[in-house]
Amino acid sequence: MNRLFAVVNVLGKMVLVFGLTMLIPLGLALWGNDGARFAFEESILITMGCGLLMWLATSRYKRELQTRDGFLLVVLVWSVLPVFAMLPLLFCLPELNLSMAYFEAVSGLTATGGTVLSGLDALPPSINLWRGEIVWLGGMGLIVLVVAILPLLGVGGRQILNAEIPGPMKENKLTPRIAETAKGLWSIYASLTLACVIAYKWAGMDWFDAVMHAFTTLGLGGFSSHDASYGYWDSPLIESVAIIFMLIAGINFATHFLAWRAKSLTPYRHDSEIGWYVVIMLISCIGLAFYLWFADVYTDPLAALRYATFNIVSVATTTGYSNTDYSLWPIFVPLWMLFLSGFCTSSGSTGGGIKMIRIRILYQQVYREMITIMHPNAVIPAKLGRNVVANRVILAVLVFLFVYAASIVLMTLTLTLSGLDVITAFSAAVACINNLGPGLGNVGPANTYAFFTNFQIWICSFAMLLGRLEFFTLLVIFTPAFWRK
Amino acid sequence: MKIIILGAGQVGSSVAESLVSEANDITMVDVDPKRLALLQDRLDLRTVVGNASYPSVLVNAGAHDADMILAVTEHDETNLVACKLAATLFNTPTKIARIRSTEYLLHPEIFSTQNFCVDFAISPEQILTEYIEKLIEFPEALQVLDFAAGRVSLVAVRALEGGALVGQQLQELRKHVPNVDTRVAAIFRKDRSLIPEGDTVIEAEDEVFFIAAAKDIRTVMRELRSMDKPVKHVMIAGGGKIGKRLAETLEKDYQVKIIEHNYQASERLAAELNSVLVLHGDATDETLLESENIAEMDMFCALTNDDENNIMSALLAKRMGAHKVIALINRSAYVDLVQGSRIDIAISPAQVTIGSLLAYVRHGDVAAVHSLRRGAAEALELVAHGDAKSSNVVGRKIEDIKLPKGATIGAIVRGLPKSEGILGENIIAEQERVSRGSDGDIQVIIAHHYTVIEREDHVILFVINRKMIREVEKLFQVNVGFL
Repeated sequence: MNRLFAVVNVLGKMVLVFGLTMLIPLGLALWGNDGARFAFEESILITMGCGLLMWLATSRYKRELQTRDGFLLVVLVWSVLPVFAMLPLLFCLPELNLSMAYFEAVSGLTATGGTVLSGLDALPPSINLWRGEIVWLGGMGLIVLVVAILPLLGVGGRQILNAEIPGPMKENKLTPRIAETAKGLWSIYASLTLACVIAYKWAGMDWFDAVMHAFTTLGLGGFSSHDASYGYWDSPLIESVAIIFMLIAGINFATHFLAWRAKSLTPYRHDSEIGWYVVIMLISCIGLAFYLWFADVYTDPLAALRYATFNIVSVATTTGYSNTDYSLWPIFVPLWMLFLSGFCTSSGSTGGGIKMIRIRILYQQVYREMITIMHPNAVIPAKLGRNVVANRVILAVLVFLFVYAASIVLMTLTLTLSGLDVITAFSAAVACINNLGPGLGNVGPANTYAFFTNFQIWICSFAMLLGRLEFFTLLVIFTPAFWRK
Repeated sequence: MKIIILGAGQVGSSVAESLVSEANDITMVDVDPKRLALLQDRLDLRTVVGNASYPSVLVNAGAHDADMILAVTEHDETNLVACKLAATLFNTPTKIARIRSTEYLLHPEIFSTQNFCVDFAISPEQILTEYIEKLIEFPEALQVLDFAAGRVSLVAVRALEGGALVGQQLQELRKHVPNVDTRVAAIFRKDRSLIPEGDTVIEAEDEVFFIAAAKDIRTVMRELRSMDKPVKHVMIAGGGKIGKRLAETLEKDYQVKIIEHNYQASERLAAELNSVLVLHGDATDETLLESENIAEMDMFCALTNDDENNIMSALLAKRMGAHKVIALINRSAYVDLVQGSRIDIAISPAQVTIGSLLAYVRHGDVAAVHSLRRGAAEALELVAHGDAKSSNVVGRKIEDIKLPKGATIGAIVRGLPKSEGILGENIIAEQERVSRGSDGDIQVIIAHHYTVIEREDHVILFVINRKMIREVEKLFQVNVGFL
């Protein structure tokens, strides 16, 4: 039990910090007098009160966390913080039940972007800002954020951080100290967000929308303050800005960090994921634009290119914006987009899915198998650029892929069992596990998750956490061995 | 000359062997007394046991009045430190170090007088790799040697039926290829040398040495034998330092397979090489060779550390259909043994690398030395200093120079800048050449009897017997009166 208390102690501090982040929407609520003031005041009081209680009550058990405690901490942070994040929504929107509010908060923090709310344009701006803000906070990682601010974790902090950062290989340290790494990542993230805000404002959004959408663009979340998402502006310029920043956020932030530190573009050339990422995006956008044009969905080829590019980039980077209801397109196109969302983003980016690096490693392994058939004596290492990938990593990638596929199948089956049609069930499972947001069918870009039953909504919340924490961090908690002394 | 050689390995002992025969005072230093004892039995030299990078050991070896230090131990670090010590403590005039690792060679500035004080860095592996690379580039040649940083080449080729010139007099060559200037420097028929004259008739199986500008090599060779198809597939046996380096340089232009018997080593190779297929196995395993299509290989290079292994795998590869086989053979007795057998080319590492070391030991300004025919003959690049009064060569026509019989001037390179690069360190020379862009006013002149040698010309000489070298060197030395 001591172990749990030690973890709760750290968690308490994190909840305290999290409470402070609610001051931003509170400020907006006070300034704009939009009626959400009391919701935020109460939420802050409850959050900080709970945080303080957790911290003080367990301060006797405070000690350096072990790697194993780290998993517990990560899982608790990601499942408990949504409880506090949903408070403003619950207080402000009385029609929302607890399951739905929790789903909305998880969807925000995991940067998924699936929503149960409709009538977004009529919500108090401070509530929309809060939705954007949790996407932004969760996008880069909650623990990364706290480590950047507080000297929270000791020597084992690296492993704890790694439990949260997506990707198969995390050995290469960017800086000697994790706090510096976390600070570096967050300052890159924050500067890019600032650039995005300015770009949106320049392209024609008002300041509020610019900030809110910059949050959800960089976090690759996909929450919007309008029901029509980007269809609200119908502006190619705004969409271009969104495409550029979505693409940037889909790249490993460690690479951004290295490039920024070296003040050169060479780190991008050495990044083993960017090449495939760019090529696959280009081919998909151009190819599907042609397809839409030939299929007479759009008579104007430029319009086809515009709608194809925006929606494909948005879905492939697991953001989830839309400027048209792409679920009405010939089914091949949205299925291809869902497929892309499974693997396009880089490890260490704010996107979800399998991550491009795993696909590259897998491809290397396939190539290896084929060469070995032809040359039984050949010694062929799996290589990424000039680096050899250890066999252990390849195995881990294979296992990851298996768990990924198994999760999608199980989620689809469970959702079908609960009464959904197959397309809706499958696309909802994929969209939640990939942290994408909108799916197809009844959960398409023009619809919401609001009609789901409580059971279905909890399944989806769990799927989002599973995808965000890349399965093992979350699943390890459920193994008996984890709790053995 | 008083010379200290540090390290009694393969390079050290073969250098010692050839330097002793040229009447130098040699002291060998090594940590292994057994190796030294063996050498001392065979050669007339002094030995000192100890670590070559300790000042006391160097003092024992007589560093105080040594003219030259040759640091050729197997460790680059020891060699570098020894050169630095020799410069700091003993003011030794010439310090030569063997540097094997490319890590150091890529930063030539660390050899300067402010740093490790290495006057000349040589890398046997690199020389050997370049040597084999040339043979793969020109599969018809037995040997391709560069002078004046690659501007002039000396090529050895076996004349075969099918060459236009075979059975004809040498002077016909000019009529066959009027716009190519070349000079046949020597002909060896059944291991006996002929002095080539205009009316010498070339026969099949003659070993012909000719000198030509690098771009003309192919044209001249076509006169002497039918041409092979260019090499595309190369198989290398042995992934040691030489095998790996060769694979690295070849992987861009050829399809390369490399066989290594140690699994860990082959894993490392595979990690470092990109498009080379690394095979784990024994190069003498015929099923492996067969399954890897040995019959389709244009070139098979046996480059392991083991002479017997190299010979056997090269013989096996040849019998199984490899077009041309090269074997690396350290023991000189074996080289003689396999020469002229089914192995096309036997390479003796010591012979290939020793030339670059010898260049510094010679009197006069020698820019390059290459050993030929297992050390019997030699090709030199000498710089002519002085003027018509003080020198026996400057300002004279070639026919007027009193060369010993058997020594031929093949070509002259005019307008080379002084001391170009570090000898045997072709990376640097190459980089300089590339960075300079064009060769400017550097001229390659194929020697004719009426050619006049000018001051600072690089003269490329072919000597069929090493005994004549002293005489040639004397000829090129500037008379004392000049000083």
